[in-house]
Amino acid sequence: MSNPHISLPQGSLEKQTTTLNLGPTHPATHGVFQNILEMDGERVVSAVPTVGYIHRAFEKIAERRPYFQIAPLTDRLNYCSSPINNMGWHLTTERLLGITLPKRVEYLRIVIMELARITDHIVCNGVVGVDTGAFTGFLYIMEFRELVYEIYEEVCGSRLTTNIGRVGGFERNFTNTAFEKIERFLKEFPKALKEFETLLVRNRIFIERTQGVGAITAERALNYGFTGPNLRAAGVDYDVRVAHPYSSYGDFKFDIPVGTTGDCYDRFLVRGEEMWQSLSIIRQAMEKIQELPADVYHADVPAYYLPDKSDVYTKMEALIYHFKIIMGETEMLPGELYNAVEGANGELGFYVISDGGRSPYRLHFRRPCFIYYQAYPELIKGAMLADAVICMSSLNLIAGELDA
Amino acid sequence: MTNEQVKSRLIEKFGEALTDFEESYGMLSFHAPKEMNLKVLQFLYDDEALEFRFLTDITGVHYPAQPGAELAVVYHLQNLRTRTRLRFKVFTSVADPKVFTATRLYESANWMERETYDFFGIDFVGHPNLIRILNVDEMDYFPMRKEFPLEDQTRIDKDDEMFGR
Repeated sequence: MSNPHISLPQGSLEKQTTTLNLGPTHPATHGVFQNILEMDGERVVSAVPTVGYIHRAFEKIAERRPYFQIAPLTDRLNYCSSPINNMGWHLTTERLLGITLPKRVEYLRIVIMELARITDHIVCNGVVGVDTGAFTGFLYIMEFRELVYEIYEEVCGSRLTTNIGRVGGFERNFTNTAFEKIERFLKEFPKALKEFETLLVRNRIFIERTQGVGAITAERALNYGFTGPNLRAAGVDYDVRVAHPYSSYGDFKFDIPVGTTGDCYDRFLVRGEEMWQSLSIIRQAMEKIQELPADVYHADVPAYYLPDKSDVYTKMEALIYHFKIIMGETEMLPGELYNAVEGANGELGFYVISDGGRSPYRLHFRRPCFIYYQAYPELIKGAMLADAVICMSSLNLIAGELDA
Repeated sequence: MTNEQVKSRLIEKFGEALTDFEESYGMLSFHAPKEMNLKVLQFLYDDEALEFRFLTDITGVHYPAQPGAELAVVYHLQNLRTRTRLRFKVFTSVADPKVFTATRLYESANWMERETYDFFGIDFVGHPNLIRILNVDEMDYFPMRKEFPLEDQTRIDKDDEMFGR
């Protein structure tokens, strides 16, 4: 299409693409990601994602911290579900040390981890709704994330970056108020979740905006290293909780929801169904906890579990162990361990090399976000700009985990 | 599939080349020569009996005490059908840290190798885009190597009021 009456520079009509910077800080990216998009009108021709804006050198810092001081670092990976990261680290340390936990502690941990998974999925699915223009649902179920944060607060005193576990168990026992709040959550959340799903799942606008957007096949997803809900939405039933059971997950009955197309809609559905499964796991765990002695909240490992302050002041052994733990002089076993937990958005792995010293010789976090974010350019190729935004939120990318 | 079966299948194929077999916390691990990392990965991927087709993780480790083999690249693989995990390491020297890239086999290797390059300076031969990923481009050293220790927390030559401690 050339007009002889208009003289434009050579190639300016043929090159119809525009370079567009989406991010690093943009409301639609929900975090610090930069995407340099090459746009043909409204369509994405190519994307170059850049990460590393909030890299904090956690792996390096971990090399000079005693094991128990690494837990606060893990809380800041996926801050939407920090207890899972935290428990994952403690499970790794306990496996390294060969500590077995009492059943009640493991069930309490599962309750906390599943609550964390629900809050993470609440945020993710809520945000997918927001990006398609439905702010209502997000506000409506956010109330229940608040309730879960109150439970954390009751158990450990803080809300977002919880630092909720200790090597060997919990820092303190669950109070009655905590159990009451969990019961209240179990009673009230299903109704809200049902309404939230009714709002979106059969909503014409939502379906048109998400179905067929950001789709990936099972084969490509595996090749890209997808795990968690994003992989399951593509049709692969891989779940670390079932494949490599940890922390008594083997005692519970639950299904692994699996999608078929791997698009944003399926990812939304898989996350929704996972919340129902988590609720069922929490219910089962609460029943089992009722039958166990109520005063057990940590394993009997005085060399690794910080003693009670009243004991420190009155008993010699407690004072010695307290000193050794605080100064990081506890004896660690040399060894190499890869331990993974099912984080809210995929397999969160901890690769530890211990040389017997006070801190790990090398610690590597396998962060699920980091590994599958590289598929983003392929997912949004040929899609509209608005689809690229939904695709990003439905992948559940968390900047803290991506950059570590 | 047990670790013993994987091990015997590997020995059958590669013979003496693979060394240091061990089972650490239930996971089979071994060392391979760095020239053979792709052969091992490809064999583990293709073999009908093994099918290690999921690349879980690639990372590096620095062992300054081993002259000539200071840097290690660690591969974690998984067979999703039988849920077997596997780890192997290849060693390379700091002077010539060249290791073949696994990006032809796994898309996921792309960023993991970039991260390993960024922190350890391992040069993945054949990588399509080997540039820094988490650190700034201007950086001219590899921060996860052991010769860069973190600041000593007890140093007193800094003005405490300025640093809030």
